[in-house]
Order: sequence, then structure tokens, then C-alpha cells
Amino acid sequence: MHIPDGYLSPSTCGTLYAAALAGWYGALKSSKRVLLSRIIPLISVFAAFSFVVMMFNLPLPGGTTGHALGVTIAAIVLGPSGAVLALSIALAIQALFFGDGGISTLGANCFNMAVLGSLVAYFSYRTIAAGSAFSSRRRVVAAGIAGYLAVNVAALAAAVEFGLQPMLFHDANGTPLYAPYPLHIAIPAMMTGHLAVAGVAEAVIAAGLVAYLQVADPGLLNNMAGTGRNITSAVAGSSRSLERLWITVALLMLLTPLGILAAGKAWGEWSPAVFADDSARAQVTSASQGQALPPAPPQGLRRLSTLWTAPFPDYAPRFVKSSPFGYLLSATFGVGVVLLLSQLVQLWVRRRRETP
Amino acid sequence: MSQVRGLVTTTVLGFTRVLSRALISERVARQPGLLQSLDPRVRLVGVLSLVLAVTLSRKLATVIALFFVALLMAIASRVSLAALATRVWLIALGFTGVIALPALFLTPGDAAAVSGGGTLVITKQGIAAASLLVARVETAVTLTTVLILCTPWTHVLKALRAFRLPQEAIMMLAMTHRYIFLLIETAGQMFESRQSRSIGELPGYEQRRITARMAGVLLSKSISLSNEVFLAMQSRGFRGEVQLLAEFHMRAWDYLGLLAFLSTGALAVWVGR
Repeated sequence: MHIPDGYLSPSTCGTLYAAALAGWYGALKSSKRVLLSRIIPLISVFAAFSFVVMMFNLPLPGGTTGHALGVTIAAIVLGPSGAVLALSIALAIQALFFGDGGISTLGANCFNMAVLGSLVAYFSYRTIAAGSAFSSRRRVVAAGIAGYLAVNVAALAAAVEFGLQPMLFHDANGTPLYAPYPLHIAIPAMMTGHLAVAGVAEAVIAAGLVAYLQVADPGLLNNMAGTGRNITSAVAGSSRSLERLWITVALLMLLTPLGILAAGKAWGEWSPAVFADDSARAQVTSASQGQALPPAPPQGLRRLSTLWTAPFPDYAPRFVKSSPFGYLLSATFGVGVVLLLSQLVQLWVRRRRETP
Repeated sequence: MSQVRGLVTTTVLGFTRVLSRALISERVARQPGLLQSLDPRVRLVGVLSLVLAVTLSRKLATVIALFFVALLMAIASRVSLAALATRVWLIALGFTGVIALPALFLTPGDAAAVSGGGTLVITKQGIAAASLLVARVETAVTLTTVLILCTPWTHVLKALRAFRLPQEAIMMLAMTHRYIFLLIETAGQMFESRQSRSIGELPGYEQRRITARMAGVLLSKSISLSNEVFLAMQSRGFRGEVQLLAEFHMRAWDYLGLLAFLSTGALAVWVGR
């Protein structure tokens, strides 16, 4: 799964570096909230552990052998932020010191294995193990499933990156310039080995490690895993709900163009123009149980409707031609204004408190 | 030799290979040579610009020309070509060759050769795609291996500061590198002690249990090691601020080297566009 240099185009590498950078930034920011002198040796030693575990030859059913990634146990013990950093450091050392995996593709490898792998492992483990005791067998099964899913999602991401290359990057004769196989070949070719071998290896190591920790060192599971109070989030726990709120706000902003799908005018939100438009009048009559609108707009409505001209009428600024983009822009602007106002209020309250 | 012994031996051999590669790298990095004489920042930026040129070039001839540049760089830096051939070129050729070979038949295009009674058609586009992929991978791997062999890890870390990498990340990279060797030694000893106590062939599930348990013991040791390191850092007054010595100074020779690297890369991108 370690993609070498030359398989991906520079623009793909750049995009995936940017994606990995977002993951590193978030993980580093989250880790910095914890005592830095505590987290640095822990992540460093865990990265070294992941590196060494990748070298273990694991006998698998069917007589073959495989290697684990170590991403699942890192996600269970350190949490997603710590796992992203530990795996990224292990992958960077593999590329920079041992030449395993490319330098131009380091962003892609980190995005697939460290960022995606850690997130999938952490959230699938937490979902499956939710509510179970720390000594429960369910946690062992959860770790195994999480490991299997993490490796296969990372492999699928790599396969998609490979498969996009011939579609996007080829010369005038149709010769692929980078990885030569399209999606319908790259995905089955990549996934067969990972579904059958690499995913099983990660599942066996992750499940075995959790079973071992339940007996030998339950404190590691008790303190850090399954409760969300892992080492990197223990201090930063209070910010978790705020992060969820931000994610929800972002999703809602993305969904704002759905409003375009609604037909007709919102009941009661009529402008004076509706009174002169026959089809609009018919819609309002039908929505008002047969009650027709008066022939002309009421005097007060006509007078007050010109009191204020909105900069973004109907959530679509005049200079924007695309309605969905207009909705997104309006949502961004609205959230921005709310944020600005809340910051100003915070500043004002803080200053008042500081004033003796 | 039983299967468990075979697996243990393979794993221990893997550990030894990593240690020997690290030792070879340290030895080559101390020798006088072209790359060794340049500022590590120039080496890093220069080789990365050539790797970028390799990935940007769309013509096979340009990629092959860059391969010869990498070869000359290896010779001038006193890197053993025999070691490069066995440890880099053959492995990269085997790995990428297996991936590239079916592209000869699967890439749609104009027929170059037909075999198997017309069932297997090798296309011109397939030959071009497979050759370009193999040449790219071989050249990029040669460039990065020569850089790795000629630059001590501590210098790579310091050079990374030039890219404005956060100090915490540099420190974690440095510490991880140090503990990899410690953990490899610990894991190697665990595997060897297991090997010395193994008689006969163990069933598959038992082998998996042993391997997982060894990984578990290594994890416990790693966590306790991190606690000891944390206490040692605290006792030395570490309060979260990372200080790195930056003693690199650019000379005229380094600027010349940088100019040569960047102009070669730019020329390759322009010719191979």
C-alpha cells in the first residue's frame, strides 16, 4: 500500500499532500492542547512501535503470511489525533530513511493510511465496542473488525487514486502517463490482496493486542480507549462538542442549495410583484384553500417593502449566476456575520470583566 | 526447520536487514563525495526537485536522461552501484514490473504485436505506458536512495527545518528514529528467545497468538519507555519548547550545486513536457 514515486501525477500528489496537511494540522493542534512534553515521547515511541510491528511476519489462515500496519492499536490507545501523527511519522521515516514509499507520494500514503486509516479504525472500534465492559470479548471483536475496515478503506483509497490516473493523465495517443489501470481494473486488483491478506493481518494483530491488553495492561484500554477520553482528548474533551457543532454547521451550509428544489413561494412571504403575476396568484390561492389574494397589494405592504433592499435578494447576489452557488455564498456570509457579531460581543464582555 | 522457526527467522532477518541498511547509510554518508560536500538543505531541495522533474516529465527519453544523472550522482558520491543494483533496481524492477506487465495487454490502442492466436494483443500505448512507469519508478527510487545514503539522518532533520516543518514534528521524527532501533533490538531478542524455546511445529492459531502476544509485550514496553523518556525530559527541564541547533552555512559551492540541481530539473521538465 506504500505508493512509490512515479505512480501518481504531481497534481494528485499535491492534492493529497493538501488533504494530509489538513489531517496533520488538526492532529497537531489537538495534541498541543495536551502537555507537549508528555505527548511527544508517547507519539514518538508509538510511531517506532508501529514501524517495528509492520515488520512482523504474521502467519495467516491458508498458509500465507502478512504484515500489519499498527494503525488500529494506535487509534485505540492514542485516539485519532495521536494515531494520525504516529503513523505519519512512521511513514515519513520509512520514506525518508529507508526509501519505502515515495517522497512525492508521502502525502498520499499518509492520507490513505494515517488519516483515513486512523479515523476508520477509531470510529468503527468505538461504535462496535460502545457500552461494553473493558474486559468484554466484544472489544476484541471490535478491534479486529476496525483493523480489517481501516486497512481496506486505506487500500480502496489508494486503488481509486491509481484508477483515476489513466482517466485524467494521458497523452494525445491515449498512453497513460502514470499508473496505467482504470478504476475497473485497479480496484479489484488492489482489493483482492487486501481483503484476503493485509486486512486479515491487521485484524489479527489488533484483536490479539486488545486481548493481550485486557489481561496484561487493562489500564491502557480503561484510561484511553472506548470512552473518548483518550490521551490526546483527555484535556481537550470539552472542545469535542464544539467541534461537532462546527461539523454540523458546515454540513448544513453545504445542504442549503436544497431550498432550490422547493416549488413556489413560501406561504405569507409574498412580495408586491406576486399580486400582479397570474400564475403566482393561482399558486397562493391554491395554497390558501381557495381564498384569493386582493387585486392589488395592501398599501402598507407596498410602502414598507421598499424600506430596505437586501444585498442578497432571494439568497442569490446579483453578480452570481448559479443559484446553488448563491445559496452557498449566502450561507457562508450569514455564518460569517454571526461569528463576527459573537466575537465582538465576547470581546466586549471580556473587556468589561477586565475593567476594575 | 519448523514453520514457526521459519517465520521467526524471516522476521529476525528483516530486523537485521534494516539495521545493516542504517549502518551502511551512516558509513556512506561519512565518505567524501559530491553530494556529501553540499549543504544538506541543498541536497534535499535539489534531489526533491529532480524527483518532481521525473514525475512531471511526459517523455521516456527525458526520464532515462534523469536516470543517468542519478547514476552519475551516485558514482560521484561514491555509492556502490552493485549495492544499488541488488538492493534498489532489482527490487523496484520486480515490484513495478509485475504491476506494469499486464499494461502491455490491457491498455487500449494500436496493436504492436499479436500472440496466442490473436487472443493477446500488445499495444503500442501499452508498451509506452509500462516503460514510462518502470523508468519513472527506477529513477525516482535511485535519486531518493542516493540522497538517503549520502545524508545522515540528523542532517535530514535539520534540513527539514528549512521547509518550516513544526519543531514538534522534527523532534518526534528524531525520537522515533532513535527508538526504532531500540525496539528492533528488543523485538529481535524476543523473537530469538522464542525461537530457542520452540520444538516442533505449532498450529497456525498458536503462531498467531504468539505473534500477537509478542506485539503486546512490545507495546507495553513501548508505553513504559515513553513514560521513562517523559520523566527524563521533565528532569532535564523540558517544558514543551523545542530547541534545535542550526549550524548550516551556505557557501558558493552550495549555491552552485543548488543552481545545477534546479536548472537540470527545469530543463528536464521543459524538454519532457
